[in-house]
Order: sequence, then C-alpha cells, then structure tokens
Amino acid sequence: MREFALLCFGIARDITGQRMLQRPATPGLTAGELQQTLLREYPDFQTLASLKLAVNQSYATEDTPIAAGDEVAIIPPVSGG
Amino acid sequence: MNQERIHIGRHRLDTEGLQNLYSQPQDGGIVAFTGTVRNATSEREVLHLDFEAYEPMAVHTLEQLREKTMRKFGVRDVVIHHRLGRVLPGHAAVVVVVFSAHRKEAFEACAYVMDRLKKEVPIWKKEAFVDGEVWVSAHP
Repeated sequence: MREFALLCFGIARDITGQRMLQRPATPGLTAGELQQTLLREYPDFQTLASLKLAVNQSYATEDTPIAAGDEVAIIPPVSGG
Repeated sequence: MNQERIHIGRHRLDTEGLQNLYSQPQDGGIVAFTGTVRNATSEREVLHLDFEAYEPMAVHTLEQLREKTMRKFGVRDVVIHHRLGRVLPGHAAVVVVVFSAHRKEAFEACAYVMDRLKKEVPIWKKEAFVDGEVWVSAHP
C-alpha cells in the first residue's frame, strides 16, 4: 500500500518518539479519522490543550482527504512569539 | 539582518534596522513590537527558550497574516521576523513592525498580528529551567 508522511513537531515529536512517520494511505482516509487513530495509538495526545492536523501545509478539517504522497503534520498547541 | 518582510530564522533580530529599511516618507506612524525572552516564568528562573517551526507552513501562514492585516486595517506595510533555535533571556524572539499613515490603525494592526501569530502560526517554544524543560502551552 502507498504511504503518506506524518511530520511530528514540538511535543508531538516527544510523544511519538519520531520526527517523521510513514503511514499507510488507506482508501478514503480523512484527517478526522487519522486524528482519532492517533489519539488511540498515543493516549498522551489526549492530555494536550488542542491537537490539529495540517495536510500539505494547510490546517485540515475533519473531512480533509489524505492520499498517498501527501505531507501531513501533527500540530500540537502553538506557542510562537 | 535578513531583508525579507516575512522571515523565520536563526539570526539575531534587529527591530531598528527593519524600521529604517522599510519606512517611507508617507508613513505618519510606525509601531514596532519586540517580543523578548523573560528571565522567569511563575518565579522560576528561565535559562533559555528553544524555538522550532514547521518552516514552510509558518512562512506561508505569516504571509497570509501580513496580507490580511494590511487589508483589514488599511496599513501600508507589515514586517514580521521570528527567531528559531535557542534564544537567551533579554534577547528578541519576534519583531513586528507596522507602517501606516496614522497611528491608530498601526497600533491595532500590530496587536492583531501578535494575537493571530500566537494562535495560528506553527511555531513552538520549549522553556528550559534549572530542573527541567516544558513545551509552552502544550497542556491545559
């Protein structure tokens, strides 16, 4: 099966232990489904103030599709400034 | 000093240099905000901050924020620079400079940029104390 890249920033890198993961792009996968999967696989994400995903460098909604070759990023609470 | 209007990088920030570089004769008000690293959080001594970003998305998000701010407030120009990597107390982590014909919209636009930057732009900071490190704002 073809894959997509999942980038992990900030505390998300500490939680997954990786800067980048390769995940299978299952048919019809959405950002909402991926988020639920991540919350199950890594329960520490449930303790964060918020958790967002970006698909190809834009914030995703629950319905945003994820396909093979996409660049997906886990965006824990931002704290610039 | 990097001379782009939007920049994220490891170089030291230069608020005055950016102000001088971009000011124009038609500007009647220039508001410059410099966000610096405090030496303590909740009375715990801060050793340093480490900043990281999802760089291409952060630059893209800042460019969109700059354009939205210019439209929304009618200001002439906006410059935003943010540091990455380790920043020591007293040093600048972010600079926003707004150039405008009049002061009121310049003040409002500058505050707006900082408010949105802190909520939207994928940049993270880790605070280092004598006895540990914390990702800022990660937990409720």
